[in-house]
Amino acid sequence: MTTVSSQRSELLGEADIERAITRIAHEIIERNADLSVVVIIGMQTGGTWIAQRLRDAVSRIAPGNDLLLGAIDISMYRDDFSLRPRVLTAPTDITFDLTEKTVVLVDDVLFTGRTVRAALEALNDHGRPRAVQLAVMVDRGHRELPIRPDYVGKNIPTHFSDEVSVGPGGVAVMGLEKSQS
Amino acid sequence: MKHLLSTHDLSVEQMISLLETADYMSEINTRSISKVPALRGKTVASVFFEDSTRTRLSFETAAKRLSADVLTFSAASSSVNKGESLRDTIETLSAMGVDAFVVRHKSSGAPQQITQWTNASVLNAGDGWHQHPTQALLDTYTITRSFGQLDSMKGRTIAIVGDIKHSRVARSDIDMFTRLGAEVILVAPSALLPSHIENWGVTTASSIDEVINSVDVLYMLRMQRERISASNMPSLREYSSHYALTVERAARLSPHALVMHPGPINRGIEMMVDPSDLPGSRILQQVTNGIAVRMAVLFTLLGGDLTATATGGTV
Repeated sequence: MTTVSSQRSELLGEADIERAITRIAHEIIERNADLSVVVIIGMQTGGTWIAQRLRDAVSRIAPGNDLLLGAIDISMYRDDFSLRPRVLTAPTDITFDLTEKTVVLVDDVLFTGRTVRAALEALNDHGRPRAVQLAVMVDRGHRELPIRPDYVGKNIPTHFSDEVSVGPGGVAVMGLEKSQS
Repeated sequence: MKHLLSTHDLSVEQMISLLETADYMSEINTRSISKVPALRGKTVASVFFEDSTRTRLSFETAAKRLSADVLTFSAASSSVNKGESLRDTIETLSAMGVDAFVVRHKSSGAPQQITQWTNASVLNAGDGWHQHPTQALLDTYTITRSFGQLDSMKGRTIAIVGDIKHSRVARSDIDMFTRLGAEVILVAPSALLPSHIENWGVTTASSIDEVINSVDVLYMLRMQRERISASNMPSLREYSSHYALTVERAARLSPHALVMHPGPINRGIEMMVDPSDLPGSRILQQVTNGIAVRMAVLFTLLGGDLTATATGGTV
């Protein structure tokens, strides 16, 4: 049966978010033998709280490793200015050089990949990282660019027009699409 | 917002929004690579019919930091010397594909006139005695950020000293400062005050000594010798005795008071003291802030309406 409805599904709760952050922190530690060169950069504004909690989780799991933390805003790097209203949110806050660092770039939702593309360009204006790894809480599919995440909280298949909201309390999907049931 | 011709075009909300955007731009200016691709593919023409150092270079730097292409037109080396009119000049440049004109002209109202001849945005970089809106924005930015009171000038007393009559900077500053809540005192000889200031919401003083103890900001104007006929002007020596900032007067400023000047400085006329000796001087900070403010204006005019609210969703 096909129905048209507006429905909201809670897919992750607060405890799931905490578990996902802890798991990703373990994966970051396993994957990067030298944590002293790893820095965590959250995307303004949805990724910054996740970046902060990932950094805290790494410090908890591997005491003595307090990773540098920054935030990056990509408003000035978007390729779709004319397509959306522009709001300047919070500015970039990176007080250290990224050259030869391994950057873990953190965002809440990975969708088309255009935000990540812009972020990669923006990061280069702060130095030349040795590597960039991508951590996202939700991968919702629909990539338009050859970009893939290194760390994923949860893969959630969505319709293109769905709205995905992510916060410390959980993940929800608002669907306005026809759904098969 | 399509054009920026006068401070009167801006609502208080738009002023505050532009100042916040300038905060954002200031962060870019602190980076080792202070250039972002925001206005890639846009062309900005700087069209100056009057001499300028800082305004022209500031606008061009701002445009380049946003990755716009910059066309530089200077009347002195152009076909204006062969008799080409302002209109023909603008239409010719428009035909080359210009997205914004940054215009300075000796005639008040020239930028407004230019909007009739092009579809591009027009930014007034100073027209006659009329307006210099980006100067007012950068002065407001400098004052509000110095005092940490970001969206208002309430409770601040600002003395603007010197040749008010011929000053577009003063007209723009007075409008913006008073609308943001500042108390503005004009300090000038009567020959250098405009004739109708009753409705400006300002008070006047006839000597810098009357105000210097109590002001939060001392804003020194340049004596515009090129605009003044010899007949109505007090002698420079007499002017300096009442209106110049001297070492003795500077010592009477409050410790927190700012000293500002739009430049270029006439050393020995209105400034009898080296600005670098004044702890409260913000004169070079004004120049630095000018770039961030002009980036904010260019981005706002060419990049979309910042007052629009974002639709939800993460992309």
